[in-house]
Amino acid sequence: MTVTTLSPRPTDTATGTAVEIAVEGRWLPVCALAALTPGRGVAVLLPDGRQAAVFLDRRGDVHAVDNRDPFTGAFVLSRGLLGSTGNDGRPFVASPLLKQRFDLTDGSCLDAPDDPARALPTYPVRLR
Amino acid sequence: MSHTASQAQPGETIVVVGHGMVGQRFLEELVDRGVTERAAVVVLAEEVRPAYDRVHLTSWFSGTSAEELSLTPDGFMARHGIELCLGDPAESIDRAARTVTTRSGRVVGYDTLVLATGSYPFVPPVPGADADGCFVYRTIEDLEAISAAARSARTGVVVGGGLLGLEAAGALRGLDLDTHVVEFNSRLMAIQVDEGGGSALRRTVEEMGLTVHTGVGAQEITVDGSGAVEAMALSDGSSVATDLVVFSAGVRPRDQLAREAGLTIGQRGGIAVDDRCRTSDPRVFAIGECALASDGMVYGLVAPGYEMAATAADAVAGRDGGATFTGADTSTKLKLLGVDVASFGDAHGRADGCLDVVYADSRAGVYKKLVVGRDGTLLGGVLVGDADSYGLLRPLTGSVPPAAPEQLVLPAGLAPAAALGPASLPDAAVVCNCHNVTKGAVRAAVTEQGCGSVAAVKSCTKAGTGCGSCVKVLGHLVDAELEANGVSVDRGLCGCFAHTRQELFEIVASLRITSYQALLDGHGRPAARGGDGCEVCKPTVGSILASLAPSIGADGHVLAGEQAALQDTNDHFLANLQRNGSYSIVPRVPGGEISPEKLIVIGEVARDFNLYTKITGGQRIDMFGASVDQLPAIWARLVEAGFESGHAYGKALRTVKSCVGSTWCRYGVQDSVRMAIDLELRYRGLRAPHKLKSAVSGCARECAEAMGKDFGVIATAGGWNLYVGGNGGATPRHADLLAQDLSDAELVRLIDRFLMFYIRTADRLERTSVWLERIGGGLDHVRDVVVDDTLGICDELEAQMATHVANYRDEWAQTLSDPEKLARFVSFVNAPGTPDPSVRFVQEREQHKPDLTVLAGPTLPVRTLEGSTPR
Ligand code: SRM
Ligand SMILES: Cc1cc2nc3c(=O)[nH]c(=O)nc-3n(C[C@H](O)[C@H](O)[C@H](O)COP(=O)(O)OP(=O)(O)OC[C@H]3O[C@@H](n4cnc5c(N)ncnc54)[C@H](O)[C@@H]3O)c2cc1C
Ligand code: SF4
Ligand code: FES
Repeated sequence: MTVTTLSPRPTDTATGTAVEIAVEGRWLPVCALAALTPGRGVAVLLPDGRQAAVFLDRRGDVHAVDNRDPFTGAFVLSRGLLGSTGNDGRPFVASPLLKQRFDLTDGSCLDAPDDPARALPTYPVRLR
Repeated sequence: MSHTASQAQPGETIVVVGHGMVGQRFLEELVDRGVTERAAVVVLAEEVRPAYDRVHLTSWFSGTSAEELSLTPDGFMARHGIELCLGDPAESIDRAARTVTTRSGRVVGYDTLVLATGSYPFVPPVPGADADGCFVYRTIEDLEAISAAARSARTGVVVGGGLLGLEAAGALRGLDLDTHVVEFNSRLMAIQVDEGGGSALRRTVEEMGLTVHTGVGAQEITVDGSGAVEAMALSDGSSVATDLVVFSAGVRPRDQLAREAGLTIGQRGGIAVDDRCRTSDPRVFAIGECALASDGMVYGLVAPGYEMAATAADAVAGRDGGATFTGADTSTKLKLLGVDVASFGDAHGRADGCLDVVYADSRAGVYKKLVVGRDGTLLGGVLVGDADSYGLLRPLTGSVPPAAPEQLVLPAGLAPAAALGPASLPDAAVVCNCHNVTKGAVRAAVTEQGCGSVAAVKSCTKAGTGCGSCVKVLGHLVDAELEANGVSVDRGLCGCFAHTRQELFEIVASLRITSYQALLDGHGRPAARGGDGCEVCKPTVGSILASLAPSIGADGHVLAGEQAALQDTNDHFLANLQRNGSYSIVPRVPGGEISPEKLIVIGEVARDFNLYTKITGGQRIDMFGASVDQLPAIWARLVEAGFESGHAYGKALRTVKSCVGSTWCRYGVQDSVRMAIDLELRYRGLRAPHKLKSAVSGCARECAEAMGKDFGVIATAGGWNLYVGGNGGATPRHADLLAQDLSDAELVRLIDRFLMFYIRTADRLERTSVWLERIGGGLDHVRDVVVDDTLGICDELEAQMATHVANYRDEWAQTLSDPEKLARFVSFVNAPGTPDPSVRFVQEREQHKPDLTVLAGPTLPVRTLEGSTPR
């Protein structure tokens, strides 16, 4: 793999808000908040080669989970559709490949809640 | 409570021989009666795996695993202290000492013994019947052996044309073997159907590509030098060359063990039992297929076996006045083969003075016969080719039906709407035969036990969990009962909307709502308002907005504004997602006609971007393996050369296939290529509840396969015939003729109306074929609406289509000229220009394919993305 410089998208000049996620004890700036579309995600390349998926929900909350779909192994979760559950309004992403749902707050798979192998690692997020 | 010799006492031992379907059911019945808490239970089993669902054995060939077939819940034996000894059959019984000796030499003492040894397949004494390549069809191991042998075989012969034989034949056909069925009787399924039904069945089976030999027997099986099957000689002097033979010529009760122990055996086999399933020794019971019931019958079906299991369990538990078994219904429905065959009750009309009512249509392969008594009581019947009414007729057997018998056999279109629905069944009618569940029990499950869905009723009553043939009726009953209780049945699209797709379409169209959020907040279920929606309703609403865009004043581009957040990933990137996260690209090739220059461009693009290329089944070319960030550059080249999006990623018009037609073909009567191109250009970009496919053939030879399309056009000397509702795919359906000999203009007008009516009224992900069968009145209704304009909406439908045609723009060309939309096409938001390292390829046949080892996850479950069920 070629070496790439990781650079966040230029910070939105109007709001100036940037999205950062915590990776191994460090805050990594990923993009401007304005670069996120409500209800969708983007993929982020992490310094160690892993990938995260970052989502903005309708309330304005940003969530970050691992980008790898544990059911297929493909790095595609950032391309899934966002939703919220009817009963308790928890935000989730549905895998674009086989449609399993993952809770964005704790990474658990809503279709296999008791299977830790199907849960996603999550990353803390902050806006600055 | 009175004591009998066989009543289980604390500390006593019950030994069960045979762990098949009935043996396992017997154990469950013991558990239900608390017997396992006070008595020791030992099960001796010949097979190497715990009881499994033999009734659905054949589904093993279509991928149901042995685990999925298992009938023994995990931990069942341990939980109830039952000892199960697999692979160690009982070899002898010493009734004086009350012991059973197994093959391994183990001696087990019993106080009560239950024989559930089932049947063995009968193999006629034909010379060569033990050669390599001869099989029976009873256990999972049998199927494993057949499937291994089929790999190197081309032809297979099934001996026996009964229910099981046809099921085995269907399985061999499914393994791609040239399949023959040899039946000694003069017709197929001789036990269940009569002469008329047999010939209708034969025609249908032959149309499926099976060769049927009736009235002949297998005479000899000849082998080659290595001892493997080579051919079968038949009793009429003919011979069939074959690599494989499956015997399915009936079963015989496994009564050997009982016979050697001196128990009474019936003249034609079977362990004789009384109406409480006791054999001639009161300490020994026999249940299931090995038993000869007190009515003199050996039942080869699972439902009577289950009844015997309950009867014997009552006796063993010492229940006074417990169940008795005096005979059972032998109604059957063929599960496999895709042929509808059912027989129930007195199918052969053996009762005194009974009368037949018969409807037969040899062309359509339909034969229906009802047997009625002089007083109008329904006694039984045979249904071939159309067994839809089986679920209702079977429970009505024994009563006078609410409609005249002739109305019950006429096809739906010809009969005056018969007042025959689940509502007409009496409460005592047995709706589920496999588990002996009455209509009253189903209603009670809903009303008293609070079951709110078919699934809940299934787990509470077991109804519908056997052969499955009653599930449809069950659904109607549950809905009717819920509605009667004032519970409205939830037909809502998903957890966010209580409306159906059709209702949402009307809301969006009439209120001109152009935003998903506005629709959710104003019309969603209360708990869902203000939320994020879900992956079911978002694309559905996205599609409705796209279909209606110009007429409601929404932006026509699927990636415009909020609409971008509604699209499934395919629409979101205007390309098809592949299993490794890469995308494929299908440019539109209207009518399948392409110039050499354009072909060269596709070749150059594929070469320059290193894409795998393949000719699709839709007369165009697919390029696979592009990463997200390559898509704009690839499309820039394609758009420049005059290509447009082929919408292979959208629920939208796909292709209009064509044959060469009158321009070149010596048979062609119209210019099918021109018409296909015109239609494809007219409807391109049209989004619909599901994908839309079409084709135009230049004459009745139908080389474009128009009858397999959502709308298909076939040229006639006088114009065009329009067919609708065709489908290939998983459930193929031939299209129905909507109108004949249309001029060009009439054809287009009718298709406009048909498509818009479908888009307006279909459910999410419902192809035209399914829609046409679902909507009330079917094809006739659609014809009334779109040809005769009985609803007076045709002007509106045409106007909507005209707006679509006038406003069509190529999605990809628009995307390329819009930096905001283009910004989306990066692999990583924090590293634009860096391709996704997980998308890698390896070489194969001079091209490349996804390197799935990079993903190193668990294996991909096979399930279609588009067909996934709504929740
Ligand atoms: C590429 C192609 C196979 C090929 O290499 O030939 C193909 C590939 C796919 N088909 Fe197909 N189908 C292709 C022709 C067909 C045909 C033949 C035809 O159109 O003449 C059929 C049967 C005809 C029909 O649709 O009635 C067909 C019946 C299906 C079905 C079953 C539809 C059904 O109603 O039963 C699905 C699943 C679905 O849509 O839910 C499906 C779904 C798919 C999907 C979209 C599966 C998926 O979700 O990933 C595949 C994606 C292709 C891609 O990524 O590019 N494909 N598919 C063909 C593309 C044709 C084209 O040029 O657009
Ligand atoms: C392909 C196929 C399709 C079928 N379809 C239908 C259908 O649609 N509807 C329907 O009602 N029925 C159907 N049947 C019939 C149904 O499977 C049987 O009626 C049912 O399995 C009978 O149950 P049982 O327990 O009596 O016998 P089995 O399920 O055969 O079980 C008997 C068990 O006893 C074991 N055994 C025998 N002797 C000994 C011994 N000495 N010691 C220890 N163990 C022993 C056997 O190995 C076997 O495991 C079908 C059968 C087949 C093969
Ligand atoms: S459908 Fe008729 S006109 Fe078209 S190619 Fe076939 S034979 Fe020729
Ligand atoms: S009739 Fe077989 S499952 Fe109900």
